[in-house]
Amino acid sequence: MSSAEMLHVGRPISRVDGRLKVTGQAKYAAEYPAADLLHGCVVSSTIAAGRIIRLHTDRARAMPGVVEIFTHENSGKAARQDEDWRDDIAPPGHPLRPLHSDRIQFDGQPIALVIAESVEAARDAAALVRAECAIEPHCTQLEAKRSQAYVPPEKRSGIPPPSDPRGEPEQAFAQAPIKFSREYRVHAEHHNPMEMFASTCVFEPGGKLTIYDKTQGSQNVQSYVASVFGLKPANVRVINHYVGGAFGSGLRPQPQLFLAVMASLALKRSVRVALTRTQMFYLGYRPDTFHTVSLASDHQGTLLSIMHDAVAETSQYEDYQEALVNWSGLMYRCDNVKLSYQLAKLNKATPCDMRAPGAANGVTVLECAMDELAHELDIDPLELRKLNFASMDGNTGKQFTSKALDACYREGAAAFGWSGRRREPRAMRDGHELIGWGVSTGTWEAFLQTASARARLTDDCKLEVSTAASDIGPGTWTILTQIGADALGLPLEAVSARIGDSTLPASPVEGGSWTAASNGSAVQAACEAVKHTLFKRAQRMANSPLADASFEHIEVKSGGIGRKDDPRRSLSIAEVMHAADLTEIVEDGQASADPEQAKRYVSYTNSAVFAEVRVDEELGIVRVARIVCATAAGRILNPKTARSQILGGVVMGIGMALHEEAMIDHRLGKIMNHNFAEYHVPAHADVDDIEVIFVDEHDDKVSPLGVKGLGEIGIVGTAAAVANAIFHATGKRVRDFPITIDKLLAA
Amino acid sequence: MNRFEYVRPDTVAHAVKALADRDARALAGGTNLVDLMKYEVTRPSRVVDINHLPLRQIEPAPDGGLTIGALVTNSELAWDPRITKRYPLLASAILAGASPQLRNAATTGGNLLQRTRCYYFYDPSTACNKREPGSGCSAIGGVNRIHAILGASDGCIAVHPSDMCVALAALEAVVNVEGKDGKRSIPFSAFHRLPGSEPQHDNTMLQGELITSITLPASDFGSNHTYLKVRDRLSYAFALVSVAAALKLEGGEIRTARVALGGVAHKPWRDPDAEQALSNSPGAP
Repeated sequence: MSSAEMLHVGRPISRVDGRLKVTGQAKYAAEYPAADLLHGCVVSSTIAAGRIIRLHTDRARAMPGVVEIFTHENSGKAARQDEDWRDDIAPPGHPLRPLHSDRIQFDGQPIALVIAESVEAARDAAALVRAECAIEPHCTQLEAKRSQAYVPPEKRSGIPPPSDPRGEPEQAFAQAPIKFSREYRVHAEHHNPMEMFASTCVFEPGGKLTIYDKTQGSQNVQSYVASVFGLKPANVRVINHYVGGAFGSGLRPQPQLFLAVMASLALKRSVRVALTRTQMFYLGYRPDTFHTVSLASDHQGTLLSIMHDAVAETSQYEDYQEALVNWSGLMYRCDNVKLSYQLAKLNKATPCDMRAPGAANGVTVLECAMDELAHELDIDPLELRKLNFASMDGNTGKQFTSKALDACYREGAAAFGWSGRRREPRAMRDGHELIGWGVSTGTWEAFLQTASARARLTDDCKLEVSTAASDIGPGTWTILTQIGADALGLPLEAVSARIGDSTLPASPVEGGSWTAASNGSAVQAACEAVKHTLFKRAQRMANSPLADASFEHIEVKSGGIGRKDDPRRSLSIAEVMHAADLTEIVEDGQASADPEQAKRYVSYTNSAVFAEVRVDEELGIVRVARIVCATAAGRILNPKTARSQILGGVVMGIGMALHEEAMIDHRLGKIMNHNFAEYHVPAHADVDDIEVIFVDEHDDKVSPLGVKGLGEIGIVGTAAAVANAIFHATGKRVRDFPITIDKLLAA
Repeated sequence: MNRFEYVRPDTVAHAVKALADRDARALAGGTNLVDLMKYEVTRPSRVVDINHLPLRQIEPAPDGGLTIGALVTNSELAWDPRITKRYPLLASAILAGASPQLRNAATTGGNLLQRTRCYYFYDPSTACNKREPGSGCSAIGGVNRIHAILGASDGCIAVHPSDMCVALAALEAVVNVEGKDGKRSIPFSAFHRLPGSEPQHDNTMLQGELITSITLPASDFGSNHTYLKVRDRLSYAFALVSVAAALKLEGGEIRTARVALGGVAHKPWRDPDAEQALSNSPGAP
């Protein structure tokens, strides 16, 4: 589809589901009613390692309304093999089986489920369950296990391990005139989407289940439930029409899903299990990571060696992996590169993907090191990045399908006023505040996943497009509607999207920023197939004005199908369908990556982030006064929802720079700030002016729509830009994120 | 949350009677009590909803000050013209705390009685002398960067979390309470207490007493004052440290200085040394 044919794609259309959401009509997993619904409340372990000797449930059982209490001694029947518990996204290891045994491997692990007739009875009874445990030694401190870190023996599917060393990185480092090694740390961040995890499992007579689940993938949940409980997939329907934010936390099935289904099957009743905000802290999280980054350059700033070694935490039972150091081998041109990535096992839940997993933290430390190098060299940090621009991917030797990063640097710098920057730190001041300007590059892989969609065009010119995608907030409902409308020349009001249902055409989980490109392209393909069928039917009509036309000459618009070059030669959609005795045309479409192209090309979204901070030197208070984020992401389907994605990512990046951190009492192995009062994310006052720029980037290879995806890129680089601005303001380099007042005053 | 009896008296006398039980708790805005109940930190046998008591007035006090009813919300108080004009230090301290939504619900009396934000106090799976006397203090040696640096004891290093109370300490407010033995007034400095060996007691109120109002003295420090709060984010965070400072100037010299610190101790911390050093001084370094 050329831009000329696009009336809706590329325009700032408001969310088609916006009104439903702001009026409370959009239903979330814990809001669906069911007849005779039972309520479950999870009892969590309060120790980090050990064995359950006995669970005292007598007082809880005596509470009026309590129906059953499940523990490892009476949990329902479930699969025995690890493979049956492994969902699409699972890392290698032994997936958590809630209530499987007496073994406790992390604080907060589910150890019992109280089922009652009311949510209040379940909650109050759960507080009365007492666990008698044999406590075993635990470790929740990454520094204590750093020396025992190991290279994960089995790779996680979909996560490229660090590329092999290239050149002579150590020798080049030794011989280089300018060089340093720096230690960085990015503390664990916890997922806290607004909607907490919940599953409402509706038990139907005959054993069919309809599960309303908070998930980023209805079909991932469907196959997990079928496999864990030995059910026919056809008997398990999963619905996630609306998802109140997820950011990766909903990629894998969470424990409340297993618990709700287990209880539902055992009691033959509908069951809802919802987690509390505190329990959200016992799910996956962005892992705590240590980094050693070594950079070497010549006197002009040309990079001669890059080495990036990282150690990340994982659980006792799984080897969670993310692409943490790979970025250091591809963001800049350098012939001598060495990367390593190791894991250390702690008594915590398995980490999980969190917005730009691996990049949000891995790119941050590289970009801080680049700023340190610019300072060593006394050159402008933006110039240093331009000087080392990578025009191909050094890790794979492949070309980029497109890379308009130079435009991001240029347009971002112009909007920010970067040319007015004084190079030396502490040079800018306003009253009692020091002013600092920092920059960072951001990058994230642009994926195209295999996805399917269906298009249904009815004789009244109404189009329904459907795919089992999820909308975790970015605006998937809206962009699929826009794509469908343009594909068949219809007004937006004539198009409806259906997503969030496992019975719809196959879709991957919504993650990795791939949904717009993948499901969007599948919808486009399905609509194209409808158009083709319509054309064939039109040609077959008696005296068809399109008899001698070829498909390329045809357009479908305003309820008709006709020749582009002669609008008089056309038929209405209704007359074509009626002539063929049809009331609707239904076709499927698919999108998938081209394996031939993948041999030669890689695709990345790129950005340049500029930050201004103001630091009260005496008090150590940091304000992020403004951010400019310029992004190259191919075609922008909807500038309004796209901008929102970047805004949200930038805000999370500010949180990574200054606020977010799980505070763990390592003696107890417990997270202590497990609520929104004490686990800090940026408040409104912490977020000032954010300017979002999308630079022009044409990419005819990344996906049929030319789309790269925007869910992740906004967070990548933001924390580094803020940290670099803090250095520029104060001359103090804090290499431990988040940069809190105490660290800054002590630096 | 435990099961509890709920009563809703409409006179102070009835409320005081209902509060006589050791495990009874007064409910006003509920912004702290309800959380404490959800976390199983407080398990009252009876909740005494005092929202129907006639304690919502701000009135002139006999000595020229103001008397503020215990149920006046934090928002009403912060934006009342008599407060913004005569006691702006109090207004700015209130607005430095919580969020608009919380301030709309939270009350004057409740603000004084809010419990510490010590992480361990809120987590019943850990030892805490304030929650469970004699069980120990997990915060000592634990996660405690927001804890006390002044006046702590071996048994408790928790801090009082209020911003409003820091200003009230500087302004030398008086807390008026009523109990089964009648009414009494407690100077603000004697209202909150240090933890010592009984950290379970945040203040010096007696069993069954109810705050009915606070009185602000006539002397108002309306012109020269500041409330400065340092916290881990720019809004909606408890103070790492805060200071309420107020000066009375005469002929360009500081006659009287009041300095109270927040976020550093089990009670709002008046600093007499700083006050003395500033008082009767030219004011400039």
